Amino acid sequence: MPRNRLIRFAGRWLAAAVLAVAGTFTAVAAPPNPYEGRSAAASHNQIDDIVFARLDKLGIQPANNTPDTVFMRRVYLDTIGTLPTEAEVLAFLNDRSPDKRDGLIEKLLARDEFADYWAMKWCDLLRVKSEFPINLWPNAVQAYDHWIRASLRQNLPYDRFARELLTSNGSNFRVAQVNFYRAVQSKEPATLAQAVALTFMGVRADKWPSDKLGSMAAFFSQVGYKATAEWKEEIVFFDPGKAGAQIPTLFPDGTKAVLAPDQDPRELFANWLITPKNPWFTRNIANRVWSWLLGRGIIHEPDDIRPDNPPVNPELLALLEKELVASKYDLKALYRLILESQTYQLSCVPASTDPRAEVNFAFYPVRRLEAEVLIDAINQITGATEKYSSPIPEPFSFIPETQRSITLADASITSPFLELFGRSPRASGLEAERNNRPNGAQRLHLLNSSNIQKKLQQSAKLRALTQQSGKSPRDIILDLYLTILSRYPTNEEMRILTMESAPAAAPVSSSSSSSGSAPVSGNRRGTADLPWVLINSAEFQFRH
Amino acid sequence: MSSSYLTRRELLRRSVLGAAGLWLADGLAFRAWAAAATQAGPGAAAKAAAGGKAKSVIQVWLWGGPPHLDTFDPKPDAGNDYAGPLKAIDTNVPGIRICELLPLLAKQADKYVLVRGMTHGNNGHETAAYMTQTGRKAGERIIYPSAGAVVTYFKGSAEAGYKGQIPPYIVLTEAQGRFDEAGFLGSRYKPFATGGDPSQAKFMVEGIVAQGVTDQQQRDRREMLHSLDTLQRTLPGNPSLKALAKSEDQAYDMILGEGAKIFDLTTEKDDLRERYGRTKFGQSCLMARRLVEQGVPYVTINSGGWDTHKDHFQAMRRKLPELDKCLATLIQDLSDRGLLDTTIVWCGGEFGRTPKIDWTPPWNGGRGHYGKAFSTFLAGGGFKGGRVVGVTDARGDVVTERPVYPCDLIGSIYDRLGIDLAAKLPHPQGLDAQVMPVAAEEVPSAGILKEIV
Repeated sequence: MPRNRLIRFAGRWLAAAVLAVAGTFTAVAAPPNPYEGRSAAASHNQIDDIVFARLDKLGIQPANNTPDTVFMRRVYLDTIGTLPTEAEVLAFLNDRSPDKRDGLIEKLLARDEFADYWAMKWCDLLRVKSEFPINLWPNAVQAYDHWIRASLRQNLPYDRFARELLTSNGSNFRVAQVNFYRAVQSKEPATLAQAVALTFMGVRADKWPSDKLGSMAAFFSQVGYKATAEWKEEIVFFDPGKAGAQIPTLFPDGTKAVLAPDQDPRELFANWLITPKNPWFTRNIANRVWSWLLGRGIIHEPDDIRPDNPPVNPELLALLEKELVASKYDLKALYRLILESQTYQLSCVPASTDPRAEVNFAFYPVRRLEAEVLIDAINQITGATEKYSSPIPEPFSFIPETQRSITLADASITSPFLELFGRSPRASGLEAERNNRPNGAQRLHLLNSSNIQKKLQQSAKLRALTQQSGKSPRDIILDLYLTILSRYPTNEEMRILTMESAPAAAPVSSSSSSSGSAPVSGNRRGTADLPWVLINSAEFQFRH
Repeated sequence: MSSSYLTRRELLRRSVLGAAGLWLADGLAFRAWAAAATQAGPGAAAKAAAGGKAKSVIQVWLWGGPPHLDTFDPKPDAGNDYAGPLKAIDTNVPGIRICELLPLLAKQADKYVLVRGMTHGNNGHETAAYMTQTGRKAGERIIYPSAGAVVTYFKGSAEAGYKGQIPPYIVLTEAQGRFDEAGFLGSRYKPFATGGDPSQAKFMVEGIVAQGVTDQQQRDRREMLHSLDTLQRTLPGNPSLKALAKSEDQAYDMILGEGAKIFDLTTEKDDLRERYGRTKFGQSCLMARRLVEQGVPYVTINSGGWDTHKDHFQAMRRKLPELDKCLATLIQDLSDRGLLDTTIVWCGGEFGRTPKIDWTPPWNGGRGHYGKAFSTFLAGGGFKGGRVVGVTDARGDVVTERPVYPCDLIGSIYDRLGIDLAAKLPHPQGLDAQVMPVAAEEVPSAGILKEIV
């Protein structure tokens, strides 16, 4: 099977060579595009049973399976926010084991970049930022980011992750979790309650009636803050004597709350929230992880759970919740379950024009890469680095140029590219704060800015690929496609490019399908512009 | 090669987008905004046009805090510890005197207003920059957009009549950095930062003018991009990819269309370029005039170097003549072309500087941050020139008459532009946000500047 795919995507010039080796192999028709696999969707796990049953009921045909190349690029970008290298692509394509996709998922979940990429996501939600309007300040940002990243790397069970954020006491430098109560625009109990509701319940409590918000705010009316002699150090603690302290009496679901004497009301709240029976807690995180990987929540928006915004597929959400509880809130197990599903691995080319196809997950929706992932990918391809700046003086904010953007801890440390491409301002913790919508200024930047031109033109990495003496234009094209788009060029692309590459005055050779012998002299324009072309393609900029 | 594809696209672009670049046309599709935009939005602005006839704003931003005593509110009788070595001179309007280092501006005081009553009381750069440019209190839950983003929201869309191919909000040449101009309106309302230096032989506008790439090469590359854009062609109806294609059309309108021409300053007469001064600041002012001539609603000239704690007077002898030359030529040029009536020019920084001079080392004649009283220059757009608004005491320490808070000034600008001061702004999370502060925000205000319209 891998061999078939290899042939399909290598184009006819390579196919010829492989055919010669394979001997009796019969040629197959070229696929319509490089994004659809030949095989129809086939259920791989319980997720698929539920999704396909629903699609069947609606009369919607799911998209085809993905080819290995597309799956591979997708799962890299979605799991570790990182582009696969050419060597990684080739190794995966040449892997003959039948369960190599599951194997790759396992490897990616264990990589350091998994923690980096998902720490970036959590730092958005937890508003990790030194400056205005969050004002966490650099030391606390570093401590908080470090704890978040370590929790993800160690796969800290999510129920513990939430409990530690909700109930910790101590110095913001030493007990990093307490920064949850500092990374807010105001320390009023109602604001704290809104942050808790948004983060751990997926609920926008600012739209609640004021009495309901008031009862929840009571749980956070005894959060004390105290400065120390250390610059910007702050102790967050349970302060029963705080002015305006209230005794909580009602949980958000309307059940009675009874606070024991000397009990921190945050503990009481956490005990209510962090259980499988809670109507929001498990549902919120299960739905969020799904939306992060599939581009859309089963309840959508994922942070707007309310009675009049029901799940599009209740059985599917119930399954994810059940699995999460059964695994004792093992988030990686949930990622694994979703990533291994055929539903996740469907092609981005819909097989149905039914308008309900997208919300029912009948195909994988294309989405623009996040600012950080996009610039990291460009820098990986070119070997270039990124200049970061921060309004806060060094040494708190010095970041080496070689550091990848997905690993930046602090939203106050930035680059013009990240700002232009809609990185999250981390002001509210809402998912929609990140803006991945394309605009004209972004296009100008990628198409024509000195920043991108410099990265491409001064790239020793690209030069090494394109200017080896004796290397044929076809091999150059092949390497560029594998490096930038993680796939082989199609026949049509190769045809166009070898026409481009041919000497202008000479007629196109009739033997243009043979590899290795084309003159290098004529290919300059075609292959010189090819990295620019591929980076500016929709395929490069969108997960697909 | 695939030319039919290109032609179709070009046709589509010409017919659908027409002559307009429509930088903000897809704004209303932005999910969370949709609901709010039906209540507010550019349409509302058009309806509510309050009588102001101004069309564009040029904001000359003097980052760092220019000294009110050494510019537009001189106190020559306050003694050396306040007035310093600089004298005041008469202007062409009797009774209005300004600093002696501004002789060209002194000849046209009839064309502008000196707002000497500015006050907000904050002495931190970032906070004060936020306050003066948003008219809001700092540190609140909602991060408001700057005046530039608000004006762009109401005046920069096709619905509001802006049909240019140039982005409607431009900053010459660098964005403000520590200040997020767009606020909650989001990155689409950030200004387009040109980069480059307009005083150079060729103004290399970032993304628009590329070194060593001819227009023909640009067209060839674009054609190659289309012929190889396989995902785009595989999913022709996909809304996200359509948005990407549209952004590409906008980009090439700039690269190959009128955009690149507007930024070409070599078409201006040499003597006019000299009058502006062949500096980055001077040529930025000229560039700003060219942009408003094309209907661009908001241009910021971001000019720093005004944070003069040390050796303040040496710095003033360097900076003020340049400011004088640039600003005076800008006002005269706009006036000569009949653009001053429809163009508001406001010039100022985040605060003033301490009236009392620190003569001790290492300051050697320095002035610190001062938000309690400062001056802003305001011209055009229907404001009546030859006026002074607000009075400070004998040393420029406090405003004694007619305080003008940031929201009063910004509100007056909105009013001249015909923006409804009570219109809603679309907060992405649906929070209530209005063009001007409501009472509950407790933003100090003494009312918009009715006295000069």
